[in-house]
Amino acid sequence: MSRHAGLHTWMLQRLSALYLATYTLYLLVHFAARAPADYQAWQAWIAVPAVAIGGALFFLALLLHAWVGLRDILMDYVHSLTLRLGLTALLLLGLSACGLWALHILWQAGHA
Amino acid sequence: MPITALASIAHRLTGLLLVVLIPVMLYLFDLSLRGPAGFEQVTGWLQLEPARLLLLVPIWALTHHLLAGLRFLLIDIGIGIDLPAARNSAWLVSVGAPLLAILVYGTLL
Repeated sequence: MSRHAGLHTWMLQRLSALYLATYTLYLLVHFAARAPADYQAWQAWIAVPAVAIGGALFFLALLLHAWVGLRDILMDYVHSLTLRLGLTALLLLGLSACGLWALHILWQAGHA
Repeated sequence: MPITALASIAHRLTGLLLVVLIPVMLYLFDLSLRGPAGFEQVTGWLQLEPARLLLLVPIWALTHHLLAGLRFLLIDIGIGIDLPAARNSAWLVSVGAPLLAILVYGTLL
């Protein structure tokens, strides 16, 4: 969407979008068909390796997608270079923290 | 404002809202997996009446962002690129997203 974005971030945004859309559709269908009745069922489902790995990839794609999207928004609306660099650094820090948090949750759930 | 611009700006705003909600989602995800008590707590919050109706907002943000994003992907590969088609698909996305949100809410919650 942004005229500033390079070709690789443009492609990254679209590839992550396709993965996010596919995994989201899978989640919707799964929860519509068999929503976990209790903690045991929920934890056991998350601990299935394919679900956990798919979930880790989901968070990776989500955070990369959020990174490119918000960076585009900052480039389009925040014209002060200092403010933009500061916000970009904060964004990177926040998204990295979310990524580590997500991995930690998945790891703990897999070893409960 | 033309419908194409409206759908486009809503795509940005819903994207921003979804990013802001990432930590909230992670918090609920974390709590729900900490044990039976955490799971009950989260499902209890999701069932609170009438507060649960507020969930329509993030669900709509997701359906709008998803549909508008798919529209951009199709336009990228040259489908629906002329103005009448682009206007029609922008209407379809803008009207379809709230309807899909209600359908998802009704199915899952």
